[in-house]
Amino acid sequence: MSNAVTTAPAPTAPPPVEKIRIKVDGRDIDVPKLMPDWQGKLVPTTMLQACQMAAQEVPHYCYHPRLPIAGNCRMCLVEFGTPVMDPATKKPVLNEDGSTKIARSVLPYEPQTPRGAIACATPISPGMELYPSSPATKQMREAVLESLLINHPLDCTICDQAGECKLQEYSVQHGQAQSRFVEPKVHKPKAVDLGPRIVLDDERCILCTRCVRFTRDIAGDDALGIVNRGSYNTIATAPGKQFDNNYSLNTVDICPVGALTSKDFRFKMRVWFLKETKSLCTSCGTGCNITIGSRENVLHRFEPRDNDAVNGSWMCDSGRLNYPWIGRADRLQQVQVRGQASDWGTALGEITTHLRNASDGSVAIIASARQTTEELYLLRQLAVRVGALTDSVEREGEADRLLVHSDRNPNSQGARLTGIAYTEIGISIPSIADGIRSGKIKTLIVFGEDVTKCGIDAGLLGKVGTLIVSDILPNATTAVAHYLLPGCAHAEKRGTFINAKGRVQKFLKAVEPKGDARPEWEFLAELTKSLGAVDGFSTIEGLFNRMASEVPALAGVEWSKLGDHGVNVPV
Amino acid sequence: MTKVVDRSPLNFYERTYLPALMEGFKITARHFARSVQGKNTATDLGDGYYPEVPWRVAEGYRGAPYLVSDQDGATKCVSCQLCEFICPPKAIKITPPGPEGQGADRPNAEKMPREFEINMLRCIFCGLCQEVCPEEAIFLQQHYSLTGLNREEMIYNKEKLLKLGGVHPGIQKWKHKLEEARDQESFPVKVD
Amino acid sequence: MLENIFSDPTFQFVLFSAAKIAVVFGVVMTFVAYAVLVERKVSAAIQDRVGPNRTAPPLALKIPVLGRLLQRWGMFQPMADGLKFILKEDFTPAYVRTVYFWLAPAIAVIPAFLTLAVIPFGSTLGSQKMVIADLNVGILYTFGIVSLGVYGIVLAGWSSNSKYPFLGGIRSSAQMISYEIAMGMSVVSLFLIVGDLNLMNLIQWQADHGWLVLYQPVAFVIFLVSAFAETNRLPFDMPESESELIGGYHTEYSSMKFALFFLGEYANMIASSAMMVTLFFGGWSLPWLGKPAETLLGGLVHIGIFIAKMIVLMLVFIWVRWMLPRFRYDQLMDLGWRRFIPAALANIVATALGVALLNR
Ligand code: SF4
Ligand code: SF4
Ligand code: SF4
Ligand code: SF4
Ligand code: FES
Repeated sequence: MSNAVTTAPAPTAPPPVEKIRIKVDGRDIDVPKLMPDWQGKLVPTTMLQACQMAAQEVPHYCYHPRLPIAGNCRMCLVEFGTPVMDPATKKPVLNEDGSTKIARSVLPYEPQTPRGAIACATPISPGMELYPSSPATKQMREAVLESLLINHPLDCTICDQAGECKLQEYSVQHGQAQSRFVEPKVHKPKAVDLGPRIVLDDERCILCTRCVRFTRDIAGDDALGIVNRGSYNTIATAPGKQFDNNYSLNTVDICPVGALTSKDFRFKMRVWFLKETKSLCTSCGTGCNITIGSRENVLHRFEPRDNDAVNGSWMCDSGRLNYPWIGRADRLQQVQVRGQASDWGTALGEITTHLRNASDGSVAIIASARQTTEELYLLRQLAVRVGALTDSVEREGEADRLLVHSDRNPNSQGARLTGIAYTEIGISIPSIADGIRSGKIKTLIVFGEDVTKCGIDAGLLGKVGTLIVSDILPNATTAVAHYLLPGCAHAEKRGTFINAKGRVQKFLKAVEPKGDARPEWEFLAELTKSLGAVDGFSTIEGLFNRMASEVPALAGVEWSKLGDHGVNVPV
Repeated sequence: MTKVVDRSPLNFYERTYLPALMEGFKITARHFARSVQGKNTATDLGDGYYPEVPWRVAEGYRGAPYLVSDQDGATKCVSCQLCEFICPPKAIKITPPGPEGQGADRPNAEKMPREFEINMLRCIFCGLCQEVCPEEAIFLQQHYSLTGLNREEMIYNKEKLLKLGGVHPGIQKWKHKLEEARDQESFPVKVD
Repeated sequence: MLENIFSDPTFQFVLFSAAKIAVVFGVVMTFVAYAVLVERKVSAAIQDRVGPNRTAPPLALKIPVLGRLLQRWGMFQPMADGLKFILKEDFTPAYVRTVYFWLAPAIAVIPAFLTLAVIPFGSTLGSQKMVIADLNVGILYTFGIVSLGVYGIVLAGWSSNSKYPFLGGIRSSAQMISYEIAMGMSVVSLFLIVGDLNLMNLIQWQADHGWLVLYQPVAFVIFLVSAFAETNRLPFDMPESESELIGGYHTEYSSMKFALFFLGEYANMIASSAMMVTLFFGGWSLPWLGKPAETLLGGLVHIGIFIAKMIVLMLVFIWVRWMLPRFRYDQLMDLGWRRFIPAALANIVATALGVALLNR
């Protein structure tokens, strides 16, 4: 990757990391003494992290790398030992064969019984030995699971979490086949309405407090807590309060069991049927990484996807729930020429002829900053070819302190970098309107925007000789279009967005487009090719690489280097 | 116990195919002669010929899979979709209730399928759905003569499946859980 | 004038040939239909079932006793089968090579009928020889035509553009070619003895000297087994073997096109039986009925004898199908190339030596 690609400061030599040598399951391993915690502060490395580095996964419920440590579920218990020190010399005592003598930790009052430590909260010390696969560790896990399941309802058949439930998984991997508990279970409230988007099943809750910590420490809305005592412990909202902040649905993701479930996804589809597609949220300039869950061409849910450089593990509720429009019944599905049903060949052929004969400056293009960078690039090439004025439409909102950006377009930077718009987006729209008014602009190309809402009203639109519109849903502009080209939602195509901070990220296709609809870049490519504007690619990868070679800001970027998490470019 | 099958090479006589021919002829001729005297499988079983006298299936016969109801007449299926997942030829198609859907028609079970379709043209009567069902809600029953005038007719919907399936008494775990919860008056938060 | 035409030998030849063709064709078609019925009934009997016993046209049951009886015997079944074949949807899959796909069934069925042209199915009836074409090279013609039959199958397999038919077609071509050699060589010895290729003369020889099967049992066995292979009948039905190739070359066919293959198979069976009757069992003759018929009745009796012999052989064909399992393909090839061809060759040499010694 060339240096132009990343805005990160030039790599200075990293400060030497202090390492500690420990043993995990008898294997020597050097681990850093300090590691960043959930806030990025350096704190002593824990046993759980050390085991992870030794590729020994330790089962855990309450620990989450992006949340403060609580240490309450006890699932991560691991047997360990420490070197025996000679109190006089302060030197480790040696065995006869010369190795260090290790004292396995035991219960003080019962020295035959091994005593584990919760790996998520116990720091390591030099010479320590961890036994994540020892019989004692296994027994401890079995016991913890057994006690977690004592009052658990085993609702799996009606539980939305089934299939991605840590309780199910660990029970299979570490648990016992049968419960010894024969007494009646404690029953707690079921299907409790916690807020507008969340349902809580108290019986399923294992009281890990991940949800409490998230909403208090990450979302900054201290809405949840634990009430009652002993086996009657339940999660609840503070009296009179609703759990309704804009990040509440993240608790559904981090809840290791099916206690917190999303109202939107409730009973909609079993998770094991969902096809997972890596994609991006399009609801603001942050560009949160998401995973789309779809089955048989129907979208079922968006979930955040980890990306340290963008959204951590979270996303906002409004972005997460912004998908049903993709499946709306009134989606544009038919290519139309002057209100009559037509087909791609005819429409594109006529548009090509028209644009070829258009005089310089008689064409204007308004392209949405919700189109992909590739599409904006192609539109820009088209504009250069026919000498058109171009711009995009601004969408502003209120930012919050966590993720939501004030720019509600996912690709404003793409529009700027490809040259569709100036730094101040929408600045040329009045001159386009003037051009139409004066009759200078005879052809208007609109992609993904309803221009009647941004300064070119219906009356003015009527003066345009040829109105070429591509959109996804019907609106006032598509209603009067001379050429109507149905386009695709981001879930139906591939492409890239450049977020507000200049991170180029790609997204993949989850579902098939409906009806005639085609990815805009495909037909734009045909159009620009037949007009002789750009050529030499046939795939989205080829198009991206070609764009990167021509747009200065993208120099050195390639599709294959974007990876799952994208790269930064200077903006 | 291992049974060792004699695989010694055939001798010359056997390799002329003659013994096989003779044996084949003997067997076929025997059956032929019997049939000519009017005896056949149907007369052996003694109850006549198929369409008039339906065939009596054995116990445990794997016929068409149908949904069953519990002793209170409630749908047992909770739309867990495990059968849909396991079904090798993908004969089962379940439409889950979704957030707005109707709840289960018995208390506490929370959900049941909005639509449940089995395409009997696809079904191979393997019985995996019955095996996997955690609610004992689907059983392969003794119907074997499934006919329809077109493909659509062979897709049985929830209503039809429940009607054909009939009542299958069980332990009614959801009901018992609810009763158990109601008994726990000491619980500080009110149930229901 | 008119009289002249009728006495014109060319015209008479055309007229009588046409009549013979029509009659033979009609008889063979009926035979095919009822051979299928017999096959189903025999197989049912062998397998402890009852076979077709339901079909009856609406009015037939009104006939007292006989109606019911015919129904029980399934005598109306062939009509129902035929009707079904005609009425079924004629489906041409999307990716077949259409022209060849349509051509194949015809190519499969025509040779089967053409072979019948040279078979003498009786001695004489009035002034007419009871053979459609009294060729001097009868047997050569037969082999020439029979070998065309494979093209229909290969073409069907290839044009269907699908794996099972393709495999079926390949198997069939290999099998047919292999067994044709053995078959052809097995009859050479017959002609060494008789010294004539004309089938009429061959029968006359047998009427005078006794059936050739007595002189040439080895040739008969080879011919019989090869006939099974050539007609794709079990135990040699590799090309269509349902259990491994679904239906082999005719997997993609439906309705009348499928029926043509079916027809071809049975017509082939009839042709082979007729051929064997002619070559080995004295054709229309019986040991004590060896003179060409002088009366009309005598001619009819000869035709009856021929048909009776043929039916017996067809029963053998049918019975064997339910008696033996299918061969493994390599065993089939082994049998053809490594046993029958050497045996047939040895038989020719032995016969030639014998004939030479006797004639010296
Ligand atoms: S939380 Fe997990 S174990 Fe409990 S009912 Fe739901 S899926 Fe089953
Ligand atoms: S609701 Fe879920 S996240 Fe919250 S404490 Fe219970 S199990 Fe943990
Ligand atoms: S019996 Fe087998 S094939 Fe039929 S529905 Fe059940 S799982 Fe599917
Ligand atoms: S029939 Fe059984 S396995 Fe299938 S969805 Fe219903 S409850 Fe689940
Ligand atoms: S993960 Fe360590 S105590 Fe919960």
